[in-house]
Amino acid sequence: MDKKKIIYNALIYIILVFVSITMLVPFVWMFLTAFKTTAETMQVDPFVIIPKVWQTQNFGNVIRAMDFVRLYANTLGMVALRILFAILTATLSGYAFARLEFKGKNFMFALVLLQMMIPVQIFIIPQYVMVSKLHLTNTIWGLLFPGIVTAFGTFLLRQAYMQLPKDLEEAARLDGCNIPQTFLFIMAPLTKSAIVALGIFTAVFAYKDLMWPMIVCPDSRATTLASALAKMNGQYQQKYPELMMAALISCVPMIVIYIFFQRQFIEGIATSGGKL
Amino acid sequence: MKKKPSSRQKSEFLWGWLFILPTMLGLIILNIYPMIDTIKQSFFKTGDFGKGNKFVGLANYEKVFGDSEVWQALANTMKYAIVEVPFSVVIALLLAVLLNKKLKGRSVFRTIFFLPMVVAPAAIAMVWKWLYNSNFGLINNTFNVKVNWISDPKIAIYSIAVIGIWSVIGYNMVLFLAGLQEVPRDYYEAASLDGANGWNQLIHITIPLISPTIFFVIVTRIIAGMQVFDLIYMLIDLNNPAWKKTESLVFLFYKYSFEQSKKGYGATVIVVLLAVILILTVIQLIGQKKWVHYE
Repeated sequence: MDKKKIIYNALIYIILVFVSITMLVPFVWMFLTAFKTTAETMQVDPFVIIPKVWQTQNFGNVIRAMDFVRLYANTLGMVALRILFAILTATLSGYAFARLEFKGKNFMFALVLLQMMIPVQIFIIPQYVMVSKLHLTNTIWGLLFPGIVTAFGTFLLRQAYMQLPKDLEEAARLDGCNIPQTFLFIMAPLTKSAIVALGIFTAVFAYKDLMWPMIVCPDSRATTLASALAKMNGQYQQKYPELMMAALISCVPMIVIYIFFQRQFIEGIATSGGKL
Repeated sequence: MKKKPSSRQKSEFLWGWLFILPTMLGLIILNIYPMIDTIKQSFFKTGDFGKGNKFVGLANYEKVFGDSEVWQALANTMKYAIVEVPFSVVIALLLAVLLNKKLKGRSVFRTIFFLPMVVAPAAIAMVWKWLYNSNFGLINNTFNVKVNWISDPKIAIYSIAVIGIWSVIGYNMVLFLAGLQEVPRDYYEAASLDGANGWNQLIHITIPLISPTIFFVIVTRIIAGMQVFDLIYMLIDLNNPAWKKTESLVFLFYKYSFEQSKKGYGATVIVVLLAVILILTVIQLIGQKKWVHYE
């Protein structure tokens, strides 16, 4: 019986380690390639795994060639704006949908659900036309545009407010708080974890998005990391050290933040459910 | 109890609308109007320089249904989803079951499996393009083969689906883990007293009990899989011989709408995709009665 259990556990670990290796090898290979010479990447016999001399200058070259400082500023700016707008609008509407009774509420909430269920590409052409009519192409406001409000965030915050006990509000009201006071001082502070989840979700998906930044910010100085990678991918063709260095530069900070806040990340994205 | 019900109701009405106003205004301008506009545009032919759009009735739809490129793209998209969804769901479910036990290093494994979820698909695609490289790629060199993973029209779409599976396993797994937490422990204890082995427990206890989660994951994965774009856009360039056999519907939408400025035709393609997704979802909603058990 005991022996059987040991074998069983060993088997589980073998599977888990095997999958882990499969998940990590692409990242390791990206890292190693980023520090090779192009000649090394094209050498098959002997196949080069570790770079003979670590080509650290690849880092500086790629950062300068693609102006990564600017790309990071654009991406961070877009992410920050989207988080700010999402949290502001979604806390307000989430609270109203969960806690206030008013005429027209159900119909309006149906519109929120409708938006959540429809593939985003349906919105893109008219959104792009609006952005270009407002002369916001190649600006950070253009990048923000579809993220000014969030149906999903509204839904998430509504769920959070619905879980709060009813007597809290009653007590606040008896103490003479009006609706905005109750919302601001009593209820909103209690939805912190939902707000964090929404912030992480918004950040990750804004950072990963490819099509929208490619469309509204075709200028490589105004665009985001993801869309700049796409551009580079087309220009650099077979120069894999440069390509891998660019991929590395664009994903390492996110990975580091993820490792520090992994619990919040995983819960934040998992609660997002269908919106992928 | 309430002293002045009417004034309370009035103020709830007032503040309620005030609170939802920014969101609703935004949703109407940014989503509801665009949705209607896209559907409208699918009945128009885009004029030069965005001017003089001409109403053409169902002509775009007739053209779409007669367009072999659209049919091919639909087939490619389906092939991608048919591989990506089942594999990513089954592998993720098995991993979730393994990780649901008290295990040393559990959270380390979870963190590793979830990692691709926080990396831009653009970066992921670049790395895999390099791994798949037929002359110098890691995969061909490790296994000493010479496969044109992403330029052989017969297999390219499946190679792309492998990247999709790899990317999304961790995410599916986390959703399954959340579902597994709800399964009461004593179900398993009773089962092992009855002599049920791990496999039997999985089939007869775990899967039926988390079938709502499984259903949810499958539905959302199919919706997402049908919208595949980033990976294909990054991996396949116009010189690639597998190009025609990998284009997805969203890729076609992007090409028509933004590279060729045929917005009317692009809109038609995306409305067709919406319809396909809707049909697939309705079929699943009907089919779920046969296998999904709600408490």
